[in-house]
Amino acid sequence: PAAAPPGGSGCAPRARGPSPGRCGSDICYGGSDAAAELRARLRAVRHTVLVLSGKGGVGKSTFSALLAHGLAADETKQVALLDIDICGPSIPKMMGLEGEQVHQSGSGWSPVYVEENLGVMSVGFLLSSPDDAVIWRGPKKNGLIKQFLRDVDWGEVDYLIVDTPPGTSDEHLSIVQYLSATHIDGAVIVTTPQEVSLQDVRKEINFCRKVKLPIIGVVENMSGFVCPKCKNESQIFPPTTGGAEKMCQNLSVSLLGKVPLDPQIGKSCDRGQSFLAEAPESPATLSYRKIIQIKDFCSSSFTRKL
Amino acid sequence: MMNLKGNPELTPKNLMRPLKNYGIACMSMGFLIEETAPVVWRGLMVMSAVEKLLRQVDWGELDYLVIDMPPGTGDVQLSVSQNIPISGAVIVSTPQDVALLDAHKGAEMFRKVHVPVLGLVQNMSVFQCPKCKHETHIFGADGVRDLAKTLGLDILGDVPLHVNIRETCDSGQPVVISQPQSDAAKAYLKIAMEILRRLPAPPA
Repeated sequence: PAAAPPGGSGCAPRARGPSPGRCGSDICYGGSDAAAELRARLRAVRHTVLVLSGKGGVGKSTFSALLAHGLAADETKQVALLDIDICGPSIPKMMGLEGEQVHQSGSGWSPVYVEENLGVMSVGFLLSSPDDAVIWRGPKKNGLIKQFLRDVDWGEVDYLIVDTPPGTSDEHLSIVQYLSATHIDGAVIVTTPQEVSLQDVRKEINFCRKVKLPIIGVVENMSGFVCPKCKNESQIFPPTTGGAEKMCQNLSVSLLGKVPLDPQIGKSCDRGQSFLAEAPESPATLSYRKIIQIKDFCSSSFTRKL
Repeated sequence: MMNLKGNPELTPKNLMRPLKNYGIACMSMGFLIEETAPVVWRGLMVMSAVEKLLRQVDWGELDYLVIDMPPGTGDVQLSVSQNIPISGAVIVSTPQDVALLDAHKGAEMFRKVHVPVLGLVQNMSVFQCPKCKHETHIFGADGVRDLAKTLGLDILGDVPLHVNIRETCDSGQPVVISQPQSDAAKAYLKIAMEILRRLPAPPA
């Protein structure tokens, strides 16, 4: 059957502009039928990782994009990157896919492929221009997230990475609820070393515990800056309260790694290129690669029955 | 960031008394919950909380109310824009493209809800190595200026990446108060002047 937008909800592909209040919340949370639909669609996904942050601007989407690239470097693995930041979708630009559109086929919406083994989905692909603002209230955002999970034909996926907006709101509640139809391996929380960012990470950790979402660990981003001229390392966001390391110790959460600030990261992202490929010798690349290896947890911790 | 803690008192009229420091009255969700408690609410509840933070507060007479908004163009932004009269909006961004994409969306949202945009602030524009003074544009250079030109908006100012901004914020002593002669403080004060110049005269 051809994929069709849910009737009357306003949550169709190519949806744009504000039209608040049209999406009834009951269809967004559905009953057991909806859960069964999601379960069926996500049956072929072996591992799901949510990337969270408390604050905006700490490098969460950058991390999601590079994690996806890093995992897809193994050509035998199929990687999917789902961007559920409806208001600020950065993933299309970071993956060099700006301007791409979603195509519908008989089996659902097709993800946009960066590589043969790396597919991406984002609201950014549904806009007529990357500058279009998506000014939606919660229920409408939830409806689209559900469509992303139910209607996208991901195929067999080894890793589904979900990039979220900052904070703890509709999108986070919804993704956890919808993915409870399948299995979430856990969440990675991205932060910078400073206290106001860590304050929000503590809240994220509490959120994860409340919704029983396992925490894979914390990534401390923008951990230090090496001057390209004199090589002196500066702490631009000094960890005055011990940084992520101390916080992780106090809360019994793993610190997956610390990534230093490299101006090339921002440049690569803006150009839609993989920083890992463009700057293989950078200390930041080495940190990312170490973190990605730690996250290769699939074989030992969990097996899926397909 | 304002070095304030504690629950607000209630006036006899059941309004919350804002907490004050540095002569500035403040109200925040942070005063109503524990520091580590997440607020995991859907849009409707968030809107209701924002209403309370705006209207159920004994602000008294104010010349300026500054509203710090969360990132995005969702429930909070819509509710605030639609429910209270706003003199103007200031959009803050770092210079890199992915941040500017979102700043552009923010500007478009304000246009749609008829809130005047006073201008853009380019944040974290440049970092100076404390040892050799070499300047690096860690998040790119001049991206915000280019966006301002595209949108026909003014640049209100640049704020460099200075460690002391971050440190003073984390310790609750904003740099404009604790180090008023520093470059960082001067950058913020200059932006404040530019905002004042663009605000409409208050009603008589």
